[in-house]
Amino acid sequence: MIQYFSVMLIAVGIYGLLSQKNLVKLVVSLNIAELGVNLFIVSLGYVAEGKIPILSPIVNSSSMNFVDPLPQALVLTAIVIGVAVTALALSLVLKVKESYGTIELDEIRGDNS
Amino acid sequence: MKKVVAAIIAFLFFVMFVSILNSDSKSLMGIPKFGEVNLAERVSSRYISKSVSEDAGEIIYGETNNAESGSANMVTSIVVNYRSFDTLGEVTVLFIATTGVAILIGGGKRQRLAISVNPILKISARIIVALLLVFGVYVFTHGHLTPGGGFPGGTIIAASTLLMLVVEDDKRVSKLLKFLEGSMGFLYVVIGIAGLIITGSFLQNFLPTGTIGNLFSAGIAPVVYSIIGLKVGAELSGLLDDFFAEEEEK
Amino acid sequence: MNVISFIIGIVLVISAIVAIEAKKLITSVVMLSLSSLLAVVSFVLLKAPDVAITEASVGAGFTTAIFLLTLKRLGRGKSE
Repeated sequence: MIQYFSVMLIAVGIYGLLSQKNLVKLVVSLNIAELGVNLFIVSLGYVAEGKIPILSPIVNSSSMNFVDPLPQALVLTAIVIGVAVTALALSLVLKVKESYGTIELDEIRGDNS
Repeated sequence: MKKVVAAIIAFLFFVMFVSILNSDSKSLMGIPKFGEVNLAERVSSRYISKSVSEDAGEIIYGETNNAESGSANMVTSIVVNYRSFDTLGEVTVLFIATTGVAILIGGGKRQRLAISVNPILKISARIIVALLLVFGVYVFTHGHLTPGGGFPGGTIIAASTLLMLVVEDDKRVSKLLKFLEGSMGFLYVVIGIAGLIITGSFLQNFLPTGTIGNLFSAGIAPVVYSIIGLKVGAELSGLLDDFFAEEEEK
Repeated sequence: MNVISFIIGIVLVISAIVAIEAKKLITSVVMLSLSSLLAVVSFVLLKAPDVAITEASVGAGFTTAIFLLTLKRLGRGKSE
């Protein structure tokens, strides 16, 4: 069930990237699409009746039924890279505001004709 | 008009993806149904039973000595040991992004806040900063026993920096943090080269892995996660300091 | 378990749609923070605690702080 909702989040993020004109809202749509992608990848590794992949005094042998740990390791990297991209994109938005005076795409494009 | 076209494109994307999820032919992308995954035909079964090089038998908490990666948290053993090259790439991407932000908007004077801060807040913020630093260090040193690891530990340290920057009106982050960030990244590559010299593969585990479940176990995993935790903490603190700087007057 | 994940999924998608279609920018940022928080709960339901801690500290903490600092520097004029 969570897989359908994560695909819906990716579709909402794509809609936001195609239709918004404010630069900060474009960065917000990019973040929403990344949330959807990370949720989808983690849901590919879910095993029904599986346990959390950490050995502890009560889950203590490697022959029990565990959830797949490989998609979780990949998504860990992807989340941190997403935050780095967001920080760089926002600093670019600040420089656009400083040199054009506005952050709406209509007014920036109609300026040099 | 533009919003209607965008909504139609997004809806077509959604329909295509859902039809792929609902089809059950094995040849079309092979996405299994939710929850019915057979781990024996994936490579993760080798990561779970810690038997990638040779067959290791059953791993028992508190009793197995000198296993292949020796950490109780399986996600940590994948991130630091089996797929450590991906972590090196991620550290590089973070470094490039922080350098880009520092070039674009760094280096101005400090922005003043519009309201004056209560003295109660100033004094109690110092206590909370101390607690946050201890919690952050705990999270990244116990990365191989409990959930967490280097990246959230570094972010918690950056949160303590944010608290100090918001409460005090004229403090800036010291230049020592940039030096710490660069030297920790360099130290990670040095550990990789040490693994190359000692055992013959880049970033291979060369310290002895003890009993599963002790604090001093899992070889180089706590060392690498401590390096990554300090690096990410210093990096994100420097990034926040750049966002607090004022724009320059033309 | 199924009912809880269904409700969380519905609120997640609704808050994402409100984040894109809002008039003020501060509403977008607050709804993005709410979406990130609900994604953390979904990660715990999918039995992935490492990913949940990372997304909680990074998404609901750091990204929201950076967005608010950017809005403070931009926001001498209101936006649509």
